[in-house]
Amino acid sequence: MDAAFLPGSEMVIGTALLDVERAREAVNQVVDPEIPVLTIAELGILRDIIVESGKVTVTITPTYSGCPALHQIEDDIRSGLLEAGFDQIVIMTTHHPAWTTDWMGPEARDKLIAFGIAPPSSSDAVLCPRCDASGPRVVSRFGSTACKALMVCGGCGEPFDWFKEF
Amino acid sequence: MIESRIPSLEASAFTWLLGHADDNMVLAQRLGDWISRGPELEEDIALGNIALDHLGVARALYALAGTVEGRGRGEDDLAMFRTEREYRNLLLVEQPNGDFAHTMVRQFLFDAYQLQLWEDLSTADDRELAGIAGRALKEARYHFRHSSGWVIRLGDGTEESSRRVQTALDSLWRYTDEMFHDDTAGYRVAWDLEVMSVLAEAGLTIPEDPYQRPGGRQGLHSEHLGFLLAEMQWMQRSYPGLKW
Repeated sequence: MDAAFLPGSEMVIGTALLDVERAREAVNQVVDPEIPVLTIAELGILRDIIVESGKVTVTITPTYSGCPALHQIEDDIRSGLLEAGFDQIVIMTTHHPAWTTDWMGPEARDKLIAFGIAPPSSSDAVLCPRCDASGPRVVSRFGSTACKALMVCGGCGEPFDWFKEF
Repeated sequence: MIESRIPSLEASAFTWLLGHADDNMVLAQRLGDWISRGPELEEDIALGNIALDHLGVARALYALAGTVEGRGRGEDDLAMFRTEREYRNLLLVEQPNGDFAHTMVRQFLFDAYQLQLWEDLSTADDRELAGIAGRALKEARYHFRHSSGWVIRLGDGTEESSRRVQTALDSLWRYTDEMFHDDTAGYRVAWDLEVMSVLAEAGLTIPEDPYQRPGGRQGLHSEHLGFLLAEMQWMQRSYPGLKW
């Protein structure tokens, strides 16, 4: 039989593209459980999504060594992909290159400010996310999560979290 | 690849990775004991955060060790199903918490060591190891700033705080040589510089007694490790494969 007439032969590429888009859409919904305004893509945790004959491989890079959210993130990726109709899911972790807050884009930084968290910057350049005042005082270099430190604004007197530059 | 970065020729990559994973695992357990008992809320949070960082480093190194070994053992198998003699951590990290000064001196001596180690390994040929080290280096700097700050504050504080931190230093100093017994990368010189400048600022002196006790890297531990492992491992030992 002429190959051109094989049923579905033209569809293969189309379906594969659709699969990748569907997987991407599902994974892009996953947010950080500690900072639910940011997706894992915006945080720079999500590195790669590959779909090969129905099998999805998602590669992520952990943030802080001790980030306890990583398990939750893996679970959320898995359940999102299951919901999107994928049943073969592999989640890989790569430590190279090491994650850095430099991977966070301007949009992610704006979202953090709106959420009340000062985005990553050197500690003397931190601005209060509420009133924009400069020169806040560090209350505790270790905060509510591994990635944050606790500060108090000298302007409005409000305490706030600062996403440490890493 | 990993072999080319290992200081000691007689140690296999697997054992070498295990030693460093065990250092971080055991110290994480020790620090975890402080949670809810910290001298103040911020310090409680700090100790918990530092413990988590060490635990995360341990997990990454166990996973890598399991891959290097190639017998299908994962991080849980390596952490939960090895005996005291099979643990290769430094004696320093298994020493009991003691008072807060004791915990901070132990942390300070170890942080200063990890600074050298991770700095060196962040350019390792093995990309995975280099990545783990690169991240751990940033964390070690943060931990060191914290622990050295406390050593200075306590040493240069009251008569009582100074006495306690000096007692801690006297008791823990004997476990410091062990960190450098396979030191071909010259960590000792940099460590000495780092440690001595902090001790000078804190007004502390290193003990004159030259006695040093090694053994952890060979699996010859102090009596304290067995109790720690028993508590940590009993559930997996009683119900193997149990999941949260």
